[in-house]
Amino acid sequence: MRLSNKVALITGAGSGMGQASALLFAEEGAKVAVVDINGKAAQQTVNLIKEKGGDAVSIEGDVSKANDVAGMIKATMDAFGRLDILFNNAGYPMVPTPLIDVEEELWDKIMDVNVKGIFLACKYAVPIMRQQGGGVIINTASISGVRPRPGQSPYAASKAAAILLTKALAVEFAPYKIRVNCINPTATETPMLPLLGTTEESKKVIISTIPLGRMALPKDIAYAALYLASDESAMVTGTALNVDGGRGV
Amino acid sequence: MKLKGKVALITGSGSGFGRATAVLFAKEGAKVVVVDKNQDAAGETVDIIKRGGGEAISVKADVTNANDCEAMIKAAVDAFGKLDILHNNAGIAQVITPLADIDEQTWDRLLNVNLKSVFLCSKAAIPVLKKQGGVIINTSSIGAVRARPGAGAYAVAKAGVTHLTRILAIELAPLKIRVNSISPVYSETPLGMDLLPDHMKKDMEATRKAFLSTIPIGRMAVPEDIANAALFLAMDDSSMITGIDLPVDGGRGI
Repeated sequence: MRLSNKVALITGAGSGMGQASALLFAEEGAKVAVVDINGKAAQQTVNLIKEKGGDAVSIEGDVSKANDVAGMIKATMDAFGRLDILFNNAGYPMVPTPLIDVEEELWDKIMDVNVKGIFLACKYAVPIMRQQGGGVIINTASISGVRPRPGQSPYAASKAAAILLTKALAVEFAPYKIRVNCINPTATETPMLPLLGTTEESKKVIISTIPLGRMALPKDIAYAALYLASDESAMVTGTALNVDGGRGV
Repeated sequence: MKLKGKVALITGSGSGFGRATAVLFAKEGAKVVVVDKNQDAAGETVDIIKRGGGEAISVKADVTNANDCEAMIKAAVDAFGKLDILHNNAGIAQVITPLADIDEQTWDRLLNVNLKSVFLCSKAAIPVLKKQGGVIINTSSIGAVRARPGAGAYAVAKAGVTHLTRILAIELAPLKIRVNSISPVYSETPLGMDLLPDHMKKDMEATRKAFLSTIPIGRMAVPEDIANAALFLAMDDSSMITGIDLPVDGGRGI
């Protein structure tokens, strides 16, 4: 098992990529703190993990609220006594909208969840990791932070910030043996898709821009996260790992 | 086992990164074609694999020679019936020298072994890989992204490898062949030692200190780091990953 004796906290783990990662990490021996803004969804992920004999707790929390973030780190420590892997996966997407029609509240919300959420989680998790002698941080960014599509500019800008924050933190935390990397997925088959107004027709258009000819699946992102979380990547820090079927080329 | 039933050919696997990768791939169930210009070195890698219960053959080849490249692919197919993974890993170092002091033959040789070889080996392998889909992994270098003085021709060749990786990824995606590169930071492999001029070899403590001061994570790469990265890129876990460069550089690339 590639994550034996590790404790992982995964935000946005009530569905999609976060849920797939929680299940895979648990299968590989990690104890998982499943965080989601939707407490029921988090509990469902925990149930799936427990059905397979894994160990997990569910925590309801909003990653853009400092109190919630402090609470989720504390709950993880109370449950498992340590924190080895922080996976900042929770994200706020947007229905494609021209920038001039974007409400200020939406802009703020996207930045709060996708960028400030990483800041807050690191702020509370890193002192624990330092004390433990090291750890791993993984952020879900997006290939749109490298190659944006029209109508996604706030989201793309927030993900570009997440990529750079990853690099800045990698350099800053390297002396504490904390590695920081991010994953850049392309459009992924998750429950979020229909909410974004994606239709079967628009899916075809998206797929036509992905060289490997398919959208990503949650498990593609989970496998990349597993590599970055495990000691196999002990020499990898500050990278943005594209899981994008070549979209970023 | 993560590579059960796969056949992998690894160039430059008589030592360093290539050997560590060959041994790991075999441990994960792959049948390995160990290619090196040094037949004895390739044979030693095969012995290590066989002692571990794995399956491998050694092939002597010069990766700058098109005939040799064709022959090594043929040897792989003759021995194991197919080829799933081509790891273009063979390379040579530039002894740290200002570009102005490099002679034309040295430039040509660095470009041929480090870059043209990827073209030649891929050209020979693609007709076989496309039968069932496959994976190409190229060893590039973080020097392709962040230059150090005295490594100009090497770094240019490796920048070529990183970009050739992207081009092949796009061209070969419809054939279900994924193409990615790995960019290691400095490692004390035989190649890593080759690039040190005598005065740096004499004072390895100072040399190590100089390299380490530029690597945020505070250590050099070891062959196992690169082997683990290659394993991830070779296995189906990365089936949605193509055209990337994966730095294994302890943050040097930042």
